[in-house]
Parts: sequence; structure tokens; C-alpha cells
Amino acid sequence: MTESMIPFAIFFASIFTGNILLTNYLGMCSFLSVSKELKTSLGLGAAVIFVMATTTPLNWLVYQYLLLPFGLEYLRFIVFIIVIAAFVQLTEMTIERYSEPLYQSLGIFLPLITVNCAILGVSLFMVIREYTFFTSFLFGLGSGIGWFIAIIAMAGIRQKMKNANVPPALDGPAITLVIAGFMAMAFMGFSGMIALS
Amino acid sequence: MAKNTLRKTFMEPLGKNNPVFVQILGICSTLAVTNKLQNTLVMTLGVMFTTALSSFTLSLIRNHIPSRIRMMVETMIIATFVIIVDIVLKAFYPEMWKQLGPYVGLIITNCIIMGRVEAFALQNKPMLSLVDGLASGLGYAYVLLAIAFVRELLGTGSLWGYRILGSWWTNWSIMIMPPGGFFVLAILIWIIRETIMKEAKHD
Repeated sequence: MTESMIPFAIFFASIFTGNILLTNYLGMCSFLSVSKELKTSLGLGAAVIFVMATTTPLNWLVYQYLLLPFGLEYLRFIVFIIVIAAFVQLTEMTIERYSEPLYQSLGIFLPLITVNCAILGVSLFMVIREYTFFTSFLFGLGSGIGWFIAIIAMAGIRQKMKNANVPPALDGPAITLVIAGFMAMAFMGFSGMIALS
Repeated sequence: MAKNTLRKTFMEPLGKNNPVFVQILGICSTLAVTNKLQNTLVMTLGVMFTTALSSFTLSLIRNHIPSRIRMMVETMIIATFVIIVDIVLKAFYPEMWKQLGPYVGLIITNCIIMGRVEAFALQNKPMLSLVDGLASGLGYAYVLLAIAFVRELLGTGSLWGYRILGSWWTNWSIMIMPPGGFFVLAILIWIIRETIMKEAKHD
């Protein structure tokens, strides 16, 4: 792979081959509870894309220019969480102030996101894999899109599942996990194309 | 009486109030490392340590926290203990630390810890909170260890790195790949709901 292709590979891999939900199980809690409905899934998914694409480069800046020079890498967990929480809070207030319809469709999901492990997970992966500012943005964006695709697909399948005859004990989270397993198998089909190291 | 509450607090999360089966909470950060028994044990020990001690700490200062900022305080306390786990692992078990990668840090966002702190430690005495945190961690640990047991055995034919099944065994490599985790957890929830939950309903 040539040097110039690497950002594209990271972007593509974070959507498909290294899907944050289906290969790393991150963001499962909200995935299982929200994917009952297509409309809420759309809202939450869009909010996740936005927050991941913005907080990952933000955390990159904080890590490179604040934590590394002072030898404070061990504080990254706390600092990343604070950055994410503060940023989400600010965005929520801004949206609420300026755009009512956007707040109704996207803003109400923002507080939920602070506790979504996928957001912190992406930032931690970014540190471990030593991305640059640009690639960490692409990685955040791609991971968000990957999560969005997964939850939309799941919501669509679960709406059809309402007519299916599922054993009572398997109903709810268990059957969702089975579907997620099949989705993960389907996504494994991409893994021959590009590997994320 | 006091002993009874203590006992009840300890037993509930292990049985019919198990955080994983009943609430399906907190699987995010740990499910990813269940393809090896060893990694799972280390991760769940970390979770138990964090759950127990953050519940205890929060319960100690519960009357002094303004309720508006309690989420922030809770996160800080949890993160502190996770950092301790991370540093200890990095210092004494660097190989393990490398394998676990970002998942140690993700203990912070484990919903079980936050859930126990919010739902229990805020209202109860320190010792009781410590027991509750420890029991929730244990209830969580044995489920995850069960998953890891099945995945490692079927996926590689070995346990704890030692070959258990003979050479006749064909590895189910899907088990140690991501889909395996989903399937095993789903089947486990199914079995538990079919057996334990039904008994609990009859009581």
C-alpha cells in the first residue's frame, strides 16, 4: 500500500473491517436498548457520528499538546472523559439555543452519548495506534459511520422481527445478540479487503 | 438482622439479580477479551476491584456531594481506580497490559459500575456498598468467565493456554472471532432465562 492510500484505508477499515460495534463490542448497551425503533436509531446514530468525528481529533490535540509534554499520559482516561462530556454538553446547549428542529431530532440523544463506551474507545484506540491529527479525524468519522450502519441495520431487522415467533426466553436482548452475531459474520466478509492494524 | 441484609446484598447480584442476565449491562468493555480465559480473569478482577472500591469511596462521601455534580464526582472516583488498575498492570504484567489494550481504560464506561454507584452506594452505608459492589463484580465475573471458557475451549481446543482436547478436535475458529462472543452470550442468556428466571417467577 502506498503512503497516500493509508488515510483512505483507515477510513474504510474503521467502517467495515474493524467495525467498532461488531468487532470490538463497543457501544453495546445503547445499541441493545435503542435499536428497537428505526427513528430513534437514526437520531442516535447521527449523534454518534458527529461526536466521534469531533471528539477524536480534539482528544488527539489534548493528548499531543497537553498530556505528552508534561508526562501525564496516565491521566488520559479522566481527561478524555472530561473532554467528551464537556464537548457534548456545549454542543447540546448550542443546538438547543439555535435550532429547535435539530435539537428535537439530534440534541436529545447527546447526553446519552457521554456514557457510550464506543466514544471513549475510539479515542483510546487512536492513542494506541498512533494516528496523526488527520487520520484520527477519519478514524473517528469512519467508526461513527460504522456504528450508524450497524444500528440502522439492526433496527430494520428488529422491526421485521415483531412478526416472528421467537421463544419467550430468547426474546429481547438474546435474539438481538444472535442477529448481531450474524451481522458480525457478514462484516467479516470485508476483512479480506483491508486489515486495520 | 444486620447480618441478613449483608447476606442478601451479597447473594442477590449472584443469582436472580445478576447484572448481565437481568439488565444486560456492562458487557461492552469485557466481551472483547473473552476469547482467552486468562485475559478475561484479569479484566474481571479489574472490574471487581473498581466496582467494590468506587462504591465504598462514594458511599463514604455521599452526604457531602451536591446532587447536581454527582455524575462528575462518580466518574472521577471510578476513573481513579481504573487508572490504578492500568498502572499496576503496566508495571507488573506488561505483556497482559499490551494484549488488553484499550479495554482496561474502558472499564470506566462499564455501566455496571456507574449503575451500582448510582442505585446503591448513594443511599447506603460504606460497608454495605462495598459488599454490594464486590458481589456485583463477582456476578459479572462468573458470567464472563463462563463465556471465555466456552469460547477458548471450542475455539482453540485448549484452556488457559494448555491443550485440553486431543488432536481429533477441529477448532471452531469462529468462536474466537467476534461473532462467537455474540452467539455464546446469547445462548447463555437464553439458558439462564429458561431455567433460573422461570423458577424465580414461580416463587
